[in-house]
Amino acid sequence: MSYPHRHELETTTVLSRYHGDPEALGLEGWLERGGYATLKKALDMQPDEITEVVKASGLRGRGGAGFPTGLKWTFMPKEPTSERPHYLCCNADESEPGAFKDREIMRWTPHLLIEGCLIAARAIRAEHVYIYVRGEYFPVTRALNGAVTEAYEAGYIGDDILGSGWNCDLTVHIGAGAYIAGEETGLMNSLQGNRAEPWIKPPFPAQAGVFGMPTTVNNVETLASVPMIVENGSEWYRQWGTEKSPGTKLWCCSGHLSRPGNYEIALGVPLRDIVYDVCGGAPNGKRVRAVIPGGSSTAFLTDDELDCETTYEGLMEAGSSLGTASPIVMDESTCLLKAMRRIAHFYAHESCGQCVQCREGTSWITKILRRIEEGDGRMEDIDTLYHLCEQLTGRTICVLADSVVFPLRSSLDKFRDEYEAHIRRDACTAT
Amino acid sequence: MKEKDIHPAVASAQPYQLAERDEDSGPLFESEEGRERLRKVLSRYPIKTAALGPLLNYARERHGWVSAGAMEEIAEHLDLTPAYVRSVATFYTMYNLHPTGRHLIQVCTCIACHLNRADDVFERFLEETGTRPGEISEDGRFTVMEVECLGACGFATAVQINDEYFEDVTPEKVGEILEGLD
Repeated sequence: MSYPHRHELETTTVLSRYHGDPEALGLEGWLERGGYATLKKALDMQPDEITEVVKASGLRGRGGAGFPTGLKWTFMPKEPTSERPHYLCCNADESEPGAFKDREIMRWTPHLLIEGCLIAARAIRAEHVYIYVRGEYFPVTRALNGAVTEAYEAGYIGDDILGSGWNCDLTVHIGAGAYIAGEETGLMNSLQGNRAEPWIKPPFPAQAGVFGMPTTVNNVETLASVPMIVENGSEWYRQWGTEKSPGTKLWCCSGHLSRPGNYEIALGVPLRDIVYDVCGGAPNGKRVRAVIPGGSSTAFLTDDELDCETTYEGLMEAGSSLGTASPIVMDESTCLLKAMRRIAHFYAHESCGQCVQCREGTSWITKILRRIEEGDGRMEDIDTLYHLCEQLTGRTICVLADSVVFPLRSSLDKFRDEYEAHIRRDACTAT
Repeated sequence: MKEKDIHPAVASAQPYQLAERDEDSGPLFESEEGRERLRKVLSRYPIKTAALGPLLNYARERHGWVSAGAMEEIAEHLDLTPAYVRSVATFYTMYNLHPTGRHLIQVCTCIACHLNRADDVFERFLEETGTRPGEISEDGRFTVMEVECLGACGFATAVQINDEYFEDVTPEKVGEILEGLD
């Protein structure tokens, strides 16, 4: 276990402060560390006051899309009725290849997540929170289950929470191995007992979400960031990051790195510093050839492009995306074609099959890449792959199809020589 | 964990332990334990269908896999058709629809693990257990499968054996891991 690492660029460890501290796991240790104090504070606040603080903090969704959290909460109807209760779904279906931050939050500080869920539930007037954890995370689920049981028994969840007269239930629900259940409408369908097939919006979750009721879906890291913001205020949170991307972010660094792992870093530092200074670059003195900065669904950057700012806007300007802040680093020995084929295979495997472009397109991309890899490629395959990129962009219910296009198109643009070398059956350009 | 100690809030999310599974693949909800689980799970959702995932999990937890009989039983209790239950069960990868070895070994070969020799780790598990992917070893102990991202990318290669994670696995460590399993 290589977690946790500490590094000077970790200007602050507000969110991950107790990662690696086993005593923070249980309720007693959590209370000693100031746990649930913010919940008490939030119980004295009006729901809209909580939303205002979060809105002013500029916190953006940490699940990948970066939508402003406070704004999302304002989409919920003002008052629930007995026929139209509100729900909060915590998206803990972390399944983007490269991402492993939510699991660290849940396994070290499950009470922090519970506290965040309850405060958010109060803000959106939800009567029940569902934490949808991916099925594979058994050890994490065990930690979370223990914390939820303790919190119920101590009166932090349930009826008349801490004597406030406010009721809120919380249920842990596990998935069963479907990447697409991490897409918010797919998650809600899965929670309802259906196949995790995304639906076309509208209806938006805030209008008709899970069980047909107004729902907000927030990522684990987003919800775990809520207590410290409500406790310390929006200006405090804005001391880190930039105007449009405030705060700190948990980075998940993997691939060919000397020190892979999770790091909490204020948004805005150059990506190069994270890859080289924090993670020590590629091991064994090798050069870095390519980096996928935000999880497997984001566009490739070359080593020359790493000076970009790690904010939502900065990475977009660099032609990629912050995504889940999960750089996957590939050194000079990596065959980019093979790596791309492995990424495409993932999306072909995980396509839910509703949209033809995605179901057929992802598997044809994988087949073509495998054909090139095996030495049976033709030069026109490159054009076919570009054509498939066109066909898969913006034509489907959800963005799974687009997710394979970002890495594929960028790898074709930036490493075309490698594709051509394989097609000519020359030696692979990887060293 | 004993059923009476499980809080209803977490009844839908019980980890499973194949190695300790109940070999009797009889009815799920005829025992007091089974009925208690059913009651707890149903109490957490406003609609019955939502209990489907948790109950498929329960079948796997009890028997190590989800049989056609278990799916029919679940369908009956949730007022669903067996065909619907099957359509959901087959959508996901974790409701084992066939029996597996006592230790279900799932090797992540997705991109981050792939970059860190996951394919060699997978091959080594197959060699050492003498099986082909998905097959049960002759002694009934092992089934080895390739899986998509396990969410432990910084600790590649990640391997899940039943409900435990093994991280930073290299081909050289495979023998040692297998020796630790009964």
